[in-house]
Amino acid sequence: MRSNIIKFFSRRRSWTLPYVLFLAVFVVMPLVLIMVYAFQAKDGGLSLENFERFINQPEAANTFIYSIGIALITTIICIVLGYPAAYILSRMKLSTARVVVMLFILPMWINVLVRTLATVALFDFLTLPLGEGALIFGMVYNFLPFMVYPIYNVLQKMDHSLIEAAEDLGATPRQVFTRVVFPLSMPGIVSGVMMVFMPTISTFAISELLTMNNIKLFGTTIQENINNGMWHYGAALSLIMLVIIGITSLFTDSSSEDAANDGGLL
Amino acid sequence: MKRFLSTTYLVLILVMLYAPIIIIAIFSFTESRVLGNWTGFSTELYESLFSGGVNNSLIDAIQNTFIIAIVAATVSTLLGTVAAIGINDLRYRKRRVINFVNNIPILNPDIITGISLFLLFVSLGITQGYTTVILAHIAFCTPYVVLSVMPRLTQMNPNIYEAALDLGATPMQAMRRVIIPEIRPGMISGFLLAFTLSIDDFAVTIFTNGTDGLQTLSTYIYADARKGGLTPELRALSTIILVVVLVLLIVVNFRARRQAKRAEEQALTLKR
Repeated sequence: MRSNIIKFFSRRRSWTLPYVLFLAVFVVMPLVLIMVYAFQAKDGGLSLENFERFINQPEAANTFIYSIGIALITTIICIVLGYPAAYILSRMKLSTARVVVMLFILPMWINVLVRTLATVALFDFLTLPLGEGALIFGMVYNFLPFMVYPIYNVLQKMDHSLIEAAEDLGATPRQVFTRVVFPLSMPGIVSGVMMVFMPTISTFAISELLTMNNIKLFGTTIQENINNGMWHYGAALSLIMLVIIGITSLFTDSSSEDAANDGGLL
Repeated sequence: MKRFLSTTYLVLILVMLYAPIIIIAIFSFTESRVLGNWTGFSTELYESLFSGGVNNSLIDAIQNTFIIAIVAATVSTLLGTVAAIGINDLRYRKRRVINFVNNIPILNPDIITGISLFLLFVSLGITQGYTTVILAHIAFCTPYVVLSVMPRLTQMNPNIYEAALDLGATPMQAMRRVIIPEIRPGMISGFLLAFTLSIDDFAVTIFTNGTDGLQTLSTYIYADARKGGLTPELRALSTIILVVVLVLLIVVNFRARRQAKRAEEQALTLKR
């Protein structure tokens, strides 16, 4: 018996066992529970009433659409601001670029809420009103580094001989960028979009603080329902968010594959 | 000209990123309760932070944050390392399944992780508090440890381990003397990652900390802000955290650069 146990643990693949159990209890089961709760009526029976409520209740559905809008705007602003920054960084001397990238990441070490409150302070300081503008600024401010970093990584590792080849073959600088550099940097943009869009769509707390509780995002709606004991409805809303995120990641997955294929064609 | 424009652009973006933080740092040197109101230079906030003049709940929150982070990061590092060693030995299909599940907490938004764990604890009838927060933190930190140890294992030459066995080492000795040293850098970076993730977490903690008033720094700040303002001492604390992180990053960067240089020199001498 004892020797059996020793034999079992000396096989290294058995070492996964504790973690497999842990994952089953703390990752898989909780997600299954979200589904169970979402499809359950308050009395415990199987039902779609939580989803019907979402569709029939304009408030939650509107917040949902509004949140997607805010997340889209934030993501677009992050690409527009972040891409040139990443491009400039990738053209710098490696040692200088490393320092600047570090400067981009450094603020991330400060607690998100403190940074958000600092943004509120900045708006107060400049006597700007808190509201939608502040909300979008705060989101961009919080998530911009997540866009710059992956794009920079891809651009920096790009094979320079491809650019030279394009130049040799007579491409103008503009063509080099639109036909070679930009398509090759697509995987970086895609992972940047994932890293900005997903957290923006699911944030709560940040929006409350930046708009003095005037604008509610979907994350806040979910949190309020859970806090008020409406677990079934909250779980259904969480499931809706999960579906949206699943769709986004499928979409971005296939486009990054396309980008990789394009890269291969080059 | 082009160079000037691009530098200006980067500087502008950095100013945007740093303006709020700089304001916090500047206003940590004045006594005013309200941020943005300068009432003369003073180190009062720093003094009160360290002399315990600040209310107990903030001190408790800071303590809780560190205890939770240290326990969660340590357990995740152990669990994740053991798991990674095992996963590395698995065949393709099983490995893919585990890797897929391992990625779930990384890709899931915090709020979903938080709510799903909340539902788990509620369904199992576990009272939420210290234990549940630590378990939750282990749950979202361990996948990162697995991810940072894994590449070290796959890059390792499996023959070294076999060689150790052939030379008479027991599997345990070979593990301790051969595998662990090889993957140590991955374990260290996994630990640090887990530690920072835990310290920074808000969304998972708020759903799993229960109703007994267990606060970490994040939830404390949140409660504070909802009451309508930041405890002024938090400005001092944030400034300290920023400076510590800045110094740490400079040291790490400096060391990495020196090591790279040394490796280069070694390579050169080897060539000769």
